[in-house]
Amino acid sequence: MTDATVSPVGLMTSDGVPLKQSLARAERRSRIRAMMLVAPLFLFIMITFIVPIIDMLLRSVDNPRFQEVLPETAQVLMEWEGGGLPPESIYAVMAAEMKAAMKDRSLGRLTSRLNFEDPGMRTLMFKTARRLNRVDEGPWKEAMIKIDDEWGDPQVWALMKRTAPAYTTIHYLNAFDLTVSPEGEIVAQPEELQIYGLLFWRTIWMSLLITGLCALLGFPIAYLLATLPTKTSNLLMILVLLPFWTSLLVRTTTWIVLLQTEGVINDILVWATILNDDERIQMIYNQTGTIVAMTHILLPFMVLPLYSVMKTIDPSYMRAARSLGATQVTAFRRIYFPNTIPGLGAGGILVFILAIGYYITPALVGGRTGQLISNFIAFHMQESLNWGLGAALGAILLAGVLAMYWLYNKLIGVDNMKFG
Amino acid sequence: MADAALASKNEEPFVRFNGVQKTYDGETLVVKDLHLDIYKGEFVTMLGPSGSGKTTCLMMLAGFETPTFGDVLLGTERLNMVPPHKRGIGMVFQNYALFPHMTVAENLAFPLEVRGVSKADAEAKVARALQMVQMDGFQNRRPAQLSGGQQQRVAVARALVFEPELVLMDEPLGALDKNLREQMQYEIKHIHEELGVTMVYVTHDQSEALTMSDRIAVFNDGKIQQLATPDVLYEQPENAFVAAFIGENNKFVGTVREVGEDACAVEVKGKMIRALPVLIEGKGGKTTLSLRPERVFIDPEEGSFPNVFDAHVEELIYLGDHIRARVNVLENNEFIIKVPNSYKHQTLHKGDNIKVGWALEDCRALDA
Repeated sequence: MTDATVSPVGLMTSDGVPLKQSLARAERRSRIRAMMLVAPLFLFIMITFIVPIIDMLLRSVDNPRFQEVLPETAQVLMEWEGGGLPPESIYAVMAAEMKAAMKDRSLGRLTSRLNFEDPGMRTLMFKTARRLNRVDEGPWKEAMIKIDDEWGDPQVWALMKRTAPAYTTIHYLNAFDLTVSPEGEIVAQPEELQIYGLLFWRTIWMSLLITGLCALLGFPIAYLLATLPTKTSNLLMILVLLPFWTSLLVRTTTWIVLLQTEGVINDILVWATILNDDERIQMIYNQTGTIVAMTHILLPFMVLPLYSVMKTIDPSYMRAARSLGATQVTAFRRIYFPNTIPGLGAGGILVFILAIGYYITPALVGGRTGQLISNFIAFHMQESLNWGLGAALGAILLAGVLAMYWLYNKLIGVDNMKFG
Repeated sequence: MADAALASKNEEPFVRFNGVQKTYDGETLVVKDLHLDIYKGEFVTMLGPSGSGKTTCLMMLAGFETPTFGDVLLGTERLNMVPPHKRGIGMVFQNYALFPHMTVAENLAFPLEVRGVSKADAEAKVARALQMVQMDGFQNRRPAQLSGGQQQRVAVARALVFEPELVLMDEPLGALDKNLREQMQYEIKHIHEELGVTMVYVTHDQSEALTMSDRIAVFNDGKIQQLATPDVLYEQPENAFVAAFIGENNKFVGTVREVGEDACAVEVKGKMIRALPVLIEGKGGKTTLSLRPERVFIDPEEGSFPNVFDAHVEELIYLGDHIRARVNVLENNEFIIKVPNSYKHQTLHKGDNIKVGWALEDCRALDA
């Protein structure tokens, strides 16, 4: 190499441009082209996936109502150190703002928020605002206590102070069956309101059970698909995919037809005199129904990754194991099965993540005991309109899925996962 | 090699194919009435083009295929119904079939483990086997981290580690490049000599077969065409297929005019060629004459050969150690002569008119 091509900064091309710079220039065009190709999808994912998730995460801690409706009250409440009753100045600011809010009809937005904390708050707020309209001057403290004793209760003010900040953890506390006591301490919800812990637990164990059932049922099918002659395996593949191509709703309602107490299976059992007519088994609108229908619907997600992995397992591995002295069972257990683990892992994590967030099937066939956490998220989004709690539940679900993924990566390694 | 094979002929055969037939579809026979005896300590190669039935034979011996008819015997035991894992036969597969989820050491320990060998014993045997194939130090690698040649060595070590008396190899060197393949041929041969284990080797590469084998069974069309030592196979092919398949070969097609005890006269394009009768139908029958290119003499002395003909040099190809001359003899312009590039060798030129001659014994009259 001559001196011309070697310089202190590195290698040069023959016309004296540093090699790295030259390479970057040569690759820039193809890099830009690649970015242009990816851009639409990138934008799509940003708008339909990343932004909604960020919005949901914000919504789960967001608490804007107080600040919108009673901005100055919120300010002074946050500055107040709390304990006992607030000074006259705070009563004054609040009374003035409540009158104004009553006038422009914005008070309702705040009261529904306060009602999530304590169901008596709406009545209290409207009653106070209405009566305050007839009071023109202070002292406001006495005036408000006169309207309702509650305003002389330190717990009500603790609640007001708690709800004043723009951000809150109350939704997450509620999602974990916790609440804040009137004294401001984090305590367990009363027994009859503790539902989410149970729901999360049920969602997890049912998802695990469904994943297990899918693996159990899917493994032999995938094995047949991978080992049968092409002609037969194609037919089998269509049988696997056919339900996949049928509407989810149709498949779920088919299970209703089969499993309900007046349904096909019960009819057959009664006809065969295995059951008496008054002993028909409740197989749907409970956990059994959810498990059966979801296992059926999610089965292809287990079969397909397993199949694609099994297809790559060289049949000579089994032959080699046999020739080395292993029985059919040992060869399967020691050689074939370990090689299917990437597919089992991929299928398992796919089914589990889909199951943990499943909505339609449990909603249709779950009854009361077969509901999963996503049914309650939908309930809070559509009916109770407690979006904050819905968002908090969703965020916990997301965290759970990410935790599963992390655990999977630790145990098996994501690089080993094969989807197809 | 030949002596070893002959000496062992007095013993009972170790592996015996007795009238074996095999069909997959019930219509065509892949293996037709196969008889083959293999003696203890022999290196026997099954050589043949693809589809000749050689791999099927190996698979029947390994236990992955069952004979449709006839018996496969190992020692005195009839193998037909014995499952593969009870045969105790080591096997090296075409694609090595190393278990990808196990390390090299685990791969080698597998056959010992399923045989219930203690851990300490197994470790020692694994170490010894790896040493034999010069792979010690690779115990903890995964097959994917090894080169093709290294995987090959591990596969050989795994087939030998449980000390089987019979080792089968199914085109084990097919995936390697030429240099590595030649090196591995010698290594496998040395391992065979060292351990004295019986080996049955399947290949379609004739030079591989000639290099390694004690005896070679040439397969074609489901039948063994000839079973012989490499030198016999090359120098005394018994039929036209073997002559054409092994090594390079000049051939003439002609009609037998006279037949004697160890000589015959064959008419080719109006001229008589004196040849050794090997597989001819008798007077008036068609025959293929086979002649090795290196057995042809250029401008021989008068009267030294019974066969001397005029030839015209068509083409010369320089190949370093020898020069290939394509000449036209008796209207056959595919006739090849190898001229060694030795000291004071003959120099030919394109277009030369020369004479070529060969001995009667080198020209074999085979089936048409």
